[in-house]
Amino acid sequence: MIVSGAALLLAGAAFLVYDLVTFRETMASSLSIQAEIIGSGSVSALEFDDTRSAKATLSALKASPSILSAAIYTSDHRSFADYTRDPEHRMPLPPEIPAGKTEVQSFQDEHLILGKAIPFQGKTAGFIYIESDLTELNDRLTHYAGIVAGILVVSLLAALLISSLSKRAISTPVIHLAEMVRVVSREKNYSLRATAINSRSELAELIDAFNEMLSQIQERDGALEKARDELEHRVAERTAELAAVNKELEAFSYSVSHDLRAPLRHIDGFSLILAQKYGPALDAPAQQYLKRIRDGARHMGQLVDDLLGMAQIGRQEVVRKSVDLHALVKDAVRDLQSEWDGRRIEWKIGALPVLSCDPNLMKIAIVNLLSNAVKYTRKCEDAVIEADHFQQAGQTVIFIRDNGAGFEQEYAHKLFGVFQRLHRSEDFEGTGVGLATVQRIIQKHGGRIWAEGKVDEGAVFFFTLGAHDRQSGRDSLR
Amino acid sequence: MTDRAVEILYVEDDIADVELTMLALQASGVANRIQVARDGVEALDYLFCRGKHVDRDFSIPKVVLLDLKLPKVSGLEVLQAIRNDPRTRMLPVVILTSSREQRDLVDSYKLGVNSFIQKPVDFEQFSQTIRQLGFYWLLVNEVPSPGANEL
Repeated sequence: MIVSGAALLLAGAAFLVYDLVTFRETMASSLSIQAEIIGSGSVSALEFDDTRSAKATLSALKASPSILSAAIYTSDHRSFADYTRDPEHRMPLPPEIPAGKTEVQSFQDEHLILGKAIPFQGKTAGFIYIESDLTELNDRLTHYAGIVAGILVVSLLAALLISSLSKRAISTPVIHLAEMVRVVSREKNYSLRATAINSRSELAELIDAFNEMLSQIQERDGALEKARDELEHRVAERTAELAAVNKELEAFSYSVSHDLRAPLRHIDGFSLILAQKYGPALDAPAQQYLKRIRDGARHMGQLVDDLLGMAQIGRQEVVRKSVDLHALVKDAVRDLQSEWDGRRIEWKIGALPVLSCDPNLMKIAIVNLLSNAVKYTRKCEDAVIEADHFQQAGQTVIFIRDNGAGFEQEYAHKLFGVFQRLHRSEDFEGTGVGLATVQRIIQKHGGRIWAEGKVDEGAVFFFTLGAHDRQSGRDSLR
Repeated sequence: MTDRAVEILYVEDDIADVELTMLALQASGVANRIQVARDGVEALDYLFCRGKHVDRDFSIPKVVLLDLKLPKVSGLEVLQAIRNDPRTRMLPVVILTSSREQRDLVDSYKLGVNSFIQKPVDFEQFSQTIRQLGFYWLLVNEVPSPGANEL
């Protein structure tokens, strides 16, 4: 607004100045031509000293209303003839024509005085001076200034109008849009919409695009929420399903615990009574068969018990505590005393660390592993069972080594499967549940178990307890 | 049944178990007067002189051997009924069951069982357990004399 006003003003002023200069030049040149005409008309009068004739020539200037007065001087600067439009008017003292020039112009207040030499046959015959009124110029100036001022006012008014219109059409919606963007980003409320404007401008397109974007965000939000709800619903469903399956499993294991054992007891009980009461009447093979029946019943009883134990461990939660593994292994060896009574076993128990694990579950695992070692060294004369640890890749690896029957490394992966056995039960009794139980315990701790073995040379079982194991002071003391 | 007081009320639905237990008890020679109930209702009828035992003179045995899984009224319900009645509140009850579920143990002890024994599969162990059971509850254990609970 201010800028356009200033530019307009400057342009007007420049135009005015240019016009003034041009007009003055035009005026001076027209005056110069008139002086030339009058001058050449007055040559003979000057030559013959005919003042009357010179006056008559001068009076022709009456036709030009702006010429106030004129005078002819002789070459020796004497006044020769003059003319004034208004008899009251006196011509001001004419300016001198500088040497070497034939013309002089002098703008004084409201007058322009032009002086010109009158040439005749290469000499100066005299001088003519014409005084012209500048009213025309001033009028013109005032007129022009008026026009410029008018244009300025009109164009400023127009600018004001346009700016207010543009404010209504552009600024207001832009400010509204910016405010809406702020509110939306602050409140995260994507249901808001910017007010659309009724035009086909770029701004209307911008607002439409913004609203479209909000719609898309809102739609996506809705879809996300729906997906989340669905997911939650599905999780709840699965959880319920799992709970139901768990309950079924529990009912199953309860029923196994209760109902499968009773018939086994009957088989065992009645075959024993049969053997006791009617044994003498039976021949050797019949007695052997009875024994087989009882062995079978007892083995199945053991299987059921072990399986139930494993299922129970599977359901149990790991409650971690700081466990002194050294003390735990010593306890386990003592607990197993009855299994190796009367045998000579060299126990090598290293300075095992304190680890973070479930003490009850860890005891079951260690007892199982040591019991295996005791069992499979049964046929060794100098049985050595070792329990120790080492560090590997930042983890504590616990191992239990024996020099017993060992196994073929090729089948090592089968050791931990339920009911999987690498030895015949005539050689070494067992249900094939022990190592599966140990593996389950280790895995519940987030650890790993593996084994190395060689037939008739022994076996080593290694395990880690995952990232949770805490190193003890004892380990660092070593 | 004779008029002589029953020493053991044995509640068991499985006929084979009944037979094996009776053989074991008889072999041990500690008890001859055993009343067998084949379900929970029968056990309560006998104890509280109802149903077919309505004509019985009320007397309490020295011990009740109770299976958990019984038709109609379960072992735990029988136990609860025994503990709820002032006449039988102090009657020794031994759970004798195949179950080894922790839940059963906890529930039984919460209801005030005196002992919880899991029947071993091995008959020799089973016989030994029954023998010890009879010996302990009939010969070693002392119970308050009838009427003492009013004190």
